[in-house]
Amino acid sequence: MWKWLHPYANPEVSYHFAGKILPWLSALAALLLSIGLIWALAFAPADYQQGDSFRIFYIHVPAASLSMGIYFGMAIAAFTSLVWQFKLADASAAAMAPVGATFTAIALITGAAWGKPMWGTWWIWDARLTSELILLFLYLGVIALQNAFEDKNLAGKAAGILTLVGVINLPIIKYSVEWWNTLHQGSTISKLGRPSMSVDMLWPFVFCFLGFILLVSVIICIRFRSEILTRNSIRPWVRTLVSQHLTQEKANEV
Amino acid sequence: MSVANLSYRAVFSLVLKRDLTIAMRHKDDIINPLLFFVIVVTLFPLGIGPESQILSRIAPGIIWVAALLSTLLSLDRLFKSDHSDGSLEQMLLSPQPVFILVLAKIVAHWLITGLPLILIAPLLAVLLHLNEQSYSALILTLLLGTPVLSLLGAIGVALTVGIKKGGVLLSLLVLPLYIPVLIFATSAIDTAALGLPYSGQLAIIAALFFGSLTLAPFAVAAALKVSTN
Repeated sequence: MWKWLHPYANPEVSYHFAGKILPWLSALAALLLSIGLIWALAFAPADYQQGDSFRIFYIHVPAASLSMGIYFGMAIAAFTSLVWQFKLADASAAAMAPVGATFTAIALITGAAWGKPMWGTWWIWDARLTSELILLFLYLGVIALQNAFEDKNLAGKAAGILTLVGVINLPIIKYSVEWWNTLHQGSTISKLGRPSMSVDMLWPFVFCFLGFILLVSVIICIRFRSEILTRNSIRPWVRTLVSQHLTQEKANEV
Repeated sequence: MSVANLSYRAVFSLVLKRDLTIAMRHKDDIINPLLFFVIVVTLFPLGIGPESQILSRIAPGIIWVAALLSTLLSLDRLFKSDHSDGSLEQMLLSPQPVFILVLAKIVAHWLITGLPLILIAPLLAVLLHLNEQSYSALILTLLLGTPVLSLLGAIGVALTVGIKKGGVLLSLLVLPLYIPVLIFATSAIDTAALGLPYSGQLAIIAALFFGSLTLAPFAVAAALKVSTN
């Protein structure tokens, strides 16, 4: 049943597969994002209470949910790598970590930019904001650990263990922060609670959301390919690939 | 009797005794984190001002943050010296399951660093004018919480033991994991100050304790195998 999956354990096959789907993914991402963003930023109706500043929502919410999603993806990759000793999973986890950290940062920054006009402050110690900040710390820890080892294989395993410890801790942290917040300020109105949206606001959001998911897959694909190349740099197929590329460049120069 | 025939309990007590003996011969390893704890706590009134009302309000947070930091400082000795003189690799090569050895080392670490912290904490609470009703909550949260700090910290040390400049990295890895303990411990002490029951928070810290007690040794064992390669 799983036989079709086996060839992709070979780095060369995976590298070329990622290269093949990359143009399709990029084209689709560009299409969906341009439709979604133009629709959302220019044509979608302004919110009757928040005015135009609510449009940050179309970037903020996809970034926030992707920041969680990518961490979850990293945890799955780490688990596969540790249990089945599947080395490419480490490469994919290494490809995901900086992307996830960036999207967490985007979610925090757009959140701050949204909070300033709406709540009158850049930052409040709201449960969601705090747990997003802690998620950023977890990402940075994983990235730091990946960079600390000379040997990429060891780095991948160590970072994998940390990712799994983090994914067990993440719900605990989330709920403890929520409880901490409700204990400290008696009446927090859930300001971020999702209002029921009208349809002409929802459709651009769907486009944006799918577009951002595809954008993330494109970036991860590119990073995954370069991770495979750096990890297999002594393999003959990488060497022939590089020499082919070099001769082509020389030919272009002449 | 060959080593392979030792029972789990015998292995556990052997490693525990060994680590405690080593610690007794390097007493500054015990005293320095404790001094750090005391000094950090003394810095806060100097920075914030001597008003007893403010101090008693923020005392739980200060004591607990200082406890986190001093535990972090003492974590290095958990595996570092054993790693540099090669005895850690010998332990990993022994026929005994690694998590027993790891658990013994963590218990030793707690006895050396966590327990003195608990003993000196009431004194610091007096300095910070902690509410009198909160003393028992402070001691109980420290009793349940500092083992969690040792257990979670051990994972971080095990991951960074092979890296030359692991100290700063260790704090980056471990401190986010300490957040739940901090939250529930300080909230228990605050609740106690109001004269309300704080058994809920204690129960959650106890759950964190038992959860990490059962899971952390396995994560540490896996991390040590990666680090020593």
